[in-house]
Amino acid sequence: MIDRLPALPAADSPLAWVLALPLASAAVLALWRDGRGAAWANVLSTIATFVAALALLVAPPPPSRLFFVDSFNLYLVVLTAFVGMTTAWFSAAYLARGGEPAKLAPHHLRFYHAMFQAFLFTMLVALTANNTGVMWVAVEAATLTTVLMVSLYRTPEAIEAAWKYFILCSVGIGLALFGTILVYLAAQPVLGDGANAMAWTELMPRAAAFQPDLLNLAFVFVLVGYGTKVGLAPLHAWLPDAHAEGPTPISAVLSGLLLNVALYALLRFKMLISANGATLAPGPLLVLMGLSSLFVSGFMLYRRGDVKRLFAYSSIEHMGVIVFAFGIGGPLANFAALLHMAMHALTKSAVFFAVGLITQTAGTKRIADIRGLTVSHPALGWGLVVAVLTIAGMPPMGVFVSEFLMLGAAFARHPLLAVPLALGLLLAFGALLLRLQSLAFGPPSLAPGGNGPRGVTLLALLPMGLHLVLVLVAGVALPAVLAAWLRGIAEMLG
Amino acid sequence: MGAGQIAYDIAHLIGATVLMAGLQMLYQRRLFAVINTFVFQALALAAAAAWQAHVQDAPHLYVTAGVALVFKAMIVPFALHWLVEKLAIQRTVETALPIGWTMISGVGLVALSILLVLPVTANAAALTRESLALAMSVVLLGLLMMITRRNAVTQVIGFMALENGLILAAVSARGMPLVVEISVAFSVLVAMTLFGIFFFRIRERFDTLDLADLETYRGDRT
Repeated sequence: MIDRLPALPAADSPLAWVLALPLASAAVLALWRDGRGAAWANVLSTIATFVAALALLVAPPPPSRLFFVDSFNLYLVVLTAFVGMTTAWFSAAYLARGGEPAKLAPHHLRFYHAMFQAFLFTMLVALTANNTGVMWVAVEAATLTTVLMVSLYRTPEAIEAAWKYFILCSVGIGLALFGTILVYLAAQPVLGDGANAMAWTELMPRAAAFQPDLLNLAFVFVLVGYGTKVGLAPLHAWLPDAHAEGPTPISAVLSGLLLNVALYALLRFKMLISANGATLAPGPLLVLMGLSSLFVSGFMLYRRGDVKRLFAYSSIEHMGVIVFAFGIGGPLANFAALLHMAMHALTKSAVFFAVGLITQTAGTKRIADIRGLTVSHPALGWGLVVAVLTIAGMPPMGVFVSEFLMLGAAFARHPLLAVPLALGLLLAFGALLLRLQSLAFGPPSLAPGGNGPRGVTLLALLPMGLHLVLVLVAGVALPAVLAAWLRGIAEMLG
Repeated sequence: MGAGQIAYDIAHLIGATVLMAGLQMLYQRRLFAVINTFVFQALALAAAAAWQAHVQDAPHLYVTAGVALVFKAMIVPFALHWLVEKLAIQRTVETALPIGWTMISGVGLVALSILLVLPVTANAAALTRESLALAMSVVLLGLLMMITRRNAVTQVIGFMALENGLILAAVSARGMPLVVEISVAFSVLVAMTLFGIFFFRIRERFDTLDLADLETYRGDRT
């Protein structure tokens, strides 16, 4: 029983380091006065966190009362630590270039770095939590830290976006808590009072004994609650604003990481429901929300005039696709969806890195004002072309592979559902290509060159290149180890 | 049943009081009246948490009761009064839906939660069962209030009412760990919200002061 285990992982286990490093860094960076030094200290700390996450692969620790590691959350922990690292790197170069965030007062910059680490910490806690309550508190704290970062520029738009994000996600999170309490009540007669009935490692093997009706009700609350945070339509209203108004490195981690974390929470509950067997099937609900997100965002993509908002809607689309595939279920669809979570995280953050540099150079986010980037800024322009083609799902990139697998799985299990999926994907593809054409080609609207020394710009481009190379490798030759790993998780998800 | 029956009746009574305050909040037309009703609800919640602490023999729930009493029934209303006066916020409640219709929807939501919760919790302990139905009603009423009010302050009170329902559910779930942590986490959220209103409104009111630094940001962005 879980009560006899220690609450926290042992100090010599890598898990303790994965959690302690960002927390300690947040505290240190909150006091660090020199902005530039803090940016690079931020990078070093995220590198150390990533190394600790890799060490977890070698020696996964035994579960403790509040934290545990299995193949599913380990996958996301490594991904989160990696994207956190590259984003910190990008952010440091982005700040060094000057432009928008450089206008922040030093204490705002200090706050920004501390919040970045606090945000990583809360996400890693949410991923590794062995307790539904701890997971909930961590997701709530992740919301708070990101709200603070979205409002960083203090413009009326940024404050409005942060306020909207805050209110909608607070309500969502409140409903998720109600779902969490209901799950506890369903488990309590079987597992007894206390921490056992909230621990994932105790809940999963006994799920079949829980009362199905109560789990049904709980799942509806959890779906609406955490679904708000995933940005599923019609609960997505906060997402485009929050992505558009915050600093661009934050848009990259919001899109690439936070949505995945919320989805992870949702999937854990879905696994519990599936393991019970006597409940309503969660699949149709997920398929419905996935398709509605896909179509709402697909059509919205055509009407966007703001480049960050455009890619925020694209995130809603991809989350819709992933949730759809998890709803279809089965080893192949789950495999594809898991792969897509990583591919989307890598590609979307790469897109936001490019977009950040572009808006910084152009001094505007209006798509209509940015034209012909491949002519005026070849490296940045072509980088954007590759990144956007990747996110739109062009072969031979990894996003194409996962979307192709999803379509295949949908055809195999429910051929009729594959049709809307294909249509939705084409819809979004068309919109992205249309916008890309005006952004990247034609007579340039900007003068060549830009802010900051050339070397710094190259440094800022490197993370994007790294992400795209990884996505390419995943598309051309997915490493057998990773494929086997994902297959294992896909089996687990049922 | 004996003592058990009395414990049950009192828990039921206090839970119903929280729900009543939730319904009362729906028909208040003045901002200060809404705040006062919220204080009443927070007091009832503190009583509910303290009673559960006593009945379940779970001393940590006294902390939750204390948080409800000090933070929600004292600090928050005080801060709200101060905010309303300081920012000269309109004192009447602006509704998006006529009050009669709001009340009818509210009663419908209470019926809905009872119909939803009672059948699915047939196996749960009786105490938990009714409390859960009451708690879910309070949550839904809070949500209704957030939807049908235009003013930010009343929306925040709606959110806090929703949260009262959640805490009521959490304290009624026997032996649930982390209730204290969760209620504290919520208090942080609420404190942030109040700070947010203050911040948001201050900028509107002193816009001449702010334009100077707004301009410098915008020059780079639009």
